[in-house]
Amino acid sequence: MSNVLTRDVLIKWAPLIVLLVLVLFFTAMEPRFFSLRNFARIGISSAPALMVAIGVTFIIIMGSIDLSMEGTVSVCAVVFAFAFIALGGTLASWAWLAIPLALLVGGAIGLVNGLVHVLLKIPSFMASLAMGFVGTGFALLLTGGDRIRVEDDLFRSLLTERWFGFPIMCYVALLFLLIAWFIQSRTTLGRNFYAVGGGEELAHASGLNVNRVRIMGFALAGVFYAVGALLAVGRIGIAETATGSNFMFVSITSVVVGGTALWGGIGGVWNTLIGVLIVNVINNGMVVIGLPGYVQDGVLGILVIAAVVLSTDRKSVTFVK
Amino acid sequence: MYELINVDKKFPGVHALKSVDFKIGRGEIVGLVGENGAGKSTLMKVIYGAHQPDGGDITIDGTKVRFQNPRQAMDHGIGMVFQEQSLITNLTVMENIFLGFEQQFVSYGVINWKAMAEAARKQLAKVKLDIDPGTTTSKLSFAQRQLVELAKVLTLEERIDGDLVILLDEPTSVLAKEEVELLFSLVRELTKRASFIFVSHRMDEVLDLSDRIYVMKDGEVVDVVAHDDANVDAIQHKMVGRDVDKEYYREQKQKPYQVEAKPLVAFQNVTATGKYSDISFDLRPGEVLCLVGTEGSGREAILRTIFGLETPSAGAVSIKGVPVSKFNAQVGVANGVGYIPRERKVEGIVAGMSVYENMTLSQMGNYANSGVLRIGEEKTLARRWIDRLAIKTPDVYKDCGGLSGGNQQKVVLAKWRSAGSDIILLDHPTRGLDIGAKEDVYDMVREMSDDGVGIILVADTLEEAIGLSHTIIVLKDGNAQKRFDCSPGDKPSLYDLVHHMI
Repeated sequence: MSNVLTRDVLIKWAPLIVLLVLVLFFTAMEPRFFSLRNFARIGISSAPALMVAIGVTFIIIMGSIDLSMEGTVSVCAVVFAFAFIALGGTLASWAWLAIPLALLVGGAIGLVNGLVHVLLKIPSFMASLAMGFVGTGFALLLTGGDRIRVEDDLFRSLLTERWFGFPIMCYVALLFLLIAWFIQSRTTLGRNFYAVGGGEELAHASGLNVNRVRIMGFALAGVFYAVGALLAVGRIGIAETATGSNFMFVSITSVVVGGTALWGGIGGVWNTLIGVLIVNVINNGMVVIGLPGYVQDGVLGILVIAAVVLSTDRKSVTFVK
Repeated sequence: MYELINVDKKFPGVHALKSVDFKIGRGEIVGLVGENGAGKSTLMKVIYGAHQPDGGDITIDGTKVRFQNPRQAMDHGIGMVFQEQSLITNLTVMENIFLGFEQQFVSYGVINWKAMAEAARKQLAKVKLDIDPGTTTSKLSFAQRQLVELAKVLTLEERIDGDLVILLDEPTSVLAKEEVELLFSLVRELTKRASFIFVSHRMDEVLDLSDRIYVMKDGEVVDVVAHDDANVDAIQHKMVGRDVDKEYYREQKQKPYQVEAKPLVAFQNVTATGKYSDISFDLRPGEVLCLVGTEGSGREAILRTIFGLETPSAGAVSIKGVPVSKFNAQVGVANGVGYIPRERKVEGIVAGMSVYENMTLSQMGNYANSGVLRIGEEKTLARRWIDRLAIKTPDVYKDCGGLSGGNQQKVVLAKWRSAGSDIILLDHPTRGLDIGAKEDVYDMVREMSDDGVGIILVADTLEEAIGLSHTIIVLKDGNAQKRFDCSPGDKPSLYDLVHHMI
């Protein structure tokens, strides 16, 4: 077969190849990079980002964009921390209820997000960006700028307890990745995301309730942001307004670098996993080989452009807005 | 003065212009008529430089020219007034008039708006339009915009030394009667400075305005008629004259439909403002009802109403005896209506989704338990329909965007038929298909009829409409003109239809 290495095949596997090349590169530069300890470190930094990135993956598959993740994560983290402490302060008590509460809050914020976008007909990036600011402001209002410590050992075992060298939070993230995969490939909702992203007109003409799909998508994304918030709190043991910081850049970069197309219909949660790992391997690897932080940002920026260039068939696109 | 000699143009699969000769003299108004797809628009595009001919010559006053783009054609005095209004509505009138030619008003990088307004006023005076050139275009009426378009083209007068040729593509389609007359008197006056090529579906207008009329059919100029010898009937015969092959449209397989049965779709004096008015018909099981008319005659809007994408403003629509009160696509699908739209790529299949995913798109609810899909059953369904319609695909996982047009069409059909739709709306189902694939579609239409499916068809050509249908309703400007019964052997002729269309 001479056409094994067609453009399509190359594009499909490019993210994974990039990830492997990066790992080999950093290992060559600094052998300590290739160790279980370091991989666990990458896993810890990836887990919350992966949850947020999966949430926004669904939105991007629909051809929309969601920029509310920083606000949503902050609100969920702070609400969780307050409720957790108020209900007893340890997972062994009724305080476990704070977990479903946080997920509910995340879903609710996403729902409002979707409703604003669909009912008021505001472009999704604007609606969600605004909701993100509202969220950040609300989180600041709740905390008054304070940090809330969550010191329950049972909850912190997300980080401290390790199986096969990796902390529990990595396995939690893996579980939710599988759930997301199930939603993506096995449910009508997941199928609808692809239909709306691949051809909104057509989805409408096939009798799909496109507006409902959009709203559900944003609500679902909100739930995944909440999971991300829980893992983020679990990682450092502190909930504050700044818990959500930097998630926007990291998650969207990851989705794009992973090969999900920004105009919708193409990609999925496994792409996002690879994307998150690429971003975190770069961050981690540069620290390990001793490069300053600003180089990391530059490299990531170039990578985003390279990913979009690779995944776009620019002959078929005449105008880009 | 301006002449095309033996001009040829081919597109993949289509011979759009077959050695066309075309001539226009100084100050002449030339009409151009033909059915949809006869090659009118290709010819226009060659004239104003959007297409380059594959063979033949273009000459101006005997000198050979070749235009790489419309701008070069403009530099030779050839301007186009577009059918879809091409003004940018958020800019002012003067900005539109001088779009792309602002340089003349610029000094040191700054536009002298006063000078531009003055110049624009001069152009507007040519078309007798008394408006402030600083008006935002969106505030103008359609008639005014049409005149601004004309004024824009007339700026060629100042820029070009030689003669002008101005193309008018369906300029009257959005105008009221008085406005049409105004435009015509203006055009006649302007013949002092320019020649005009006038394209319209409205035969009476073409006869009225033109000095000579070119009649096109299948990419050829079949006749050139002088104004005084012109006769509507003769021209219409020339436009459509060709033989129809009965076998091709599966006429022998056409069976009488169930006249006595309860109608699947019933329209009673239904009106959608601005689209069509006072339409009544019944669609019965097994019937192929064809809506015939020119582009914009209301055919598509009627289909969209039945499917629920368009809400009528008056009248009663009922589907299977039940009055429809809420118009949206979900209700349409629930009522068993399947819509096979013209733009397969936009509304027919989702490229990027597999064959089986496309097939179950409209009926996912039937293949899911509380939102979780039974993918095994989906694939079984897809395999059954791939066999039944002989869809050429390697497997059910194949990306639908990678199938040929005919096979995509079959997937769309399978989507609706497998969901149990018994009212099928076909909008140009054979557009862009090759002959073999077309015949497959005709076979499918007959099979569906035999199964008692009611079909409403907007056909790609008149022959197709006549060949396939039990009943034809001819529409013109949103009104039903005439209803024809088309039992095999007793079908109306092309000429009968065209006569009522334009």
